[in-house]
Amino acid sequence: MIIQGLAFYLFSLVAVVSAVMVISARNPVHSVLFLILTFFNAAGLFVLSGAEFLAMILVIVYVGAVAVMFLFVVMMLDINFAELRQGFLRYLPIGGLVGFILLAELLVILGGWTLAPEAAATAAAPVQASVSNTHALGQILYTRYLYLFQVAGMILLIAMVGAIVLTLRRRQGVRRQSISEQVARDPKACIEIRKIPTGRGI
Amino acid sequence: MAELWAEYLWPALLIVLKVVAICVPLLISVAYLTFAERKVIGAIHRRKGPNVVGPFGLLQPMADGLKLMLKETIIPTGANRAVFIIAPMLTFILALVAWAVIPFGDGVVLANINVGVLYLFAISSLGVYGIVMAGWASNSKYAFLGGLRSAAQMVSYEVSMGFVLITVLLCVGSLNLSDIVRAQSGPLGMLQWFVVPLLPMAVIFLVSALAETNRHPFDLPEAEAELVSGYNVEYSAMTFALFFLGEYANMILMSAITSVLFLGGWLPPLPVAPFTWVPGPVWFALKIAACLFVFLWVRATLPRYRYDQLMRLGWKVFLPVSLAAVVIVAGVVLTFGLGPGMK
Repeated sequence: MIIQGLAFYLFSLVAVVSAVMVISARNPVHSVLFLILTFFNAAGLFVLSGAEFLAMILVIVYVGAVAVMFLFVVMMLDINFAELRQGFLRYLPIGGLVGFILLAELLVILGGWTLAPEAAATAAAPVQASVSNTHALGQILYTRYLYLFQVAGMILLIAMVGAIVLTLRRRQGVRRQSISEQVARDPKACIEIRKIPTGRGI
Repeated sequence: MAELWAEYLWPALLIVLKVVAICVPLLISVAYLTFAERKVIGAIHRRKGPNVVGPFGLLQPMADGLKLMLKETIIPTGANRAVFIIAPMLTFILALVAWAVIPFGDGVVLANINVGVLYLFAISSLGVYGIVMAGWASNSKYAFLGGLRSAAQMVSYEVSMGFVLITVLLCVGSLNLSDIVRAQSGPLGMLQWFVVPLLPMAVIFLVSALAETNRHPFDLPEAEAELVSGYNVEYSAMTFALFFLGEYANMILMSAITSVLFLGGWLPPLPVAPFTWVPGPVWFALKIAACLFVFLWVRATLPRYRYDQLMRLGWKVFLPVSLAAVVIVAGVVLTFGLGPGMK
């Protein structure tokens, strides 16, 4: 248990410190890199609590895909962060309010767990200890809540189609390669072979 | 004290020894892979390849390594120092940690975890950071363009790779790599390897592996003709060597994953006497070597893809085909009751 304890404090310490660095780093690219470090340590914490599937999905989805896009955008944009920081005091009340509401919600949830531990037993789908967590998640997502899952998928699909429709613009005069057209070309119609006498040309 | 030794120190020492037992042969094979590459390409070009240092040029990789170690590490003045140094280290470390879950034989594996396939996928999706960080931290336009190209390429090909993995998982019903190999064993030998029923997927996986490791014909991130050398232009000496080692270790890793998923890992081609005498890790190594030969062969044979063709292949060909394959394989498995726990 000592090893687990040490690993827990290591992961959480690095996660908290790098989370602070995300908002305090001067260079936006460094911020994103610290964000990635935070995700990674959160994945470590998931592994420690026995949720290895979630840990891997966190790394694959957030670190492997979402954060790459972040990094891409941040590297390409030339953001003047000194200018962005000027409105800091003006936005402080709104930001503080959002933060306070989030904190209150977290307290309600975590407090509920601590005050009434028996509440967890009434969860809709209790997980048996014998089932691996990939199977458990599969059973809940694809068997018990299949329709809700499908609805969520449809909503995401519509959002994706919407985003594409909003940003798609057809430009005139763009040359594109059409593979089928190229393959379908007949050499007889395009090339003419001539016998050329030496020294005379065509 | 005795308890401390038995509970913590001895297991820790054992794990360190196992890690060394995996890493040292791996690094030696990386060194000799570079040698094999030069020899194979030489043979295909009808040249001799390296043949001066040592018998048949066998000491060439050692000489190269020594040279890289003795060179000066240059950090450009405009570079972002910390990120510039971390990037090659990250590339190299990621190429090594993935080996933790690869099964070399029946039960011969460092960490036999339940989500082995996802772990490999996660580690390979992290590989892009080393390159992007190197490209950005170098503060040079060639390096930056190389980094961006590489990131776009790796993200695109990971998608179809993920779907190929799902088709394999549908046939096995487990994310454990040892279970995947065991699911391919049977009296028919190599006819039961997944390369037979899932041949198109195996081809897509191998091509995506080429793109994922930035190898020919998809080596646009370092296209010498346009980008001088892409993301690693500004690197010299050991920092460059780490990128180089990382790239080759990744090639071996991708070949190992291909062997585990499609070529039956440590299984012999036929489960009968002369083949079963050869130990499993030897078969595994042979299969890895065969895949690596394909990597080198492709490099010597094919011209480089154009960038728009690369993206077209990833998004417009591989993605729809592998997506359709997931649906078809799932349908076949369900209809004929071939899935795990359906018999």
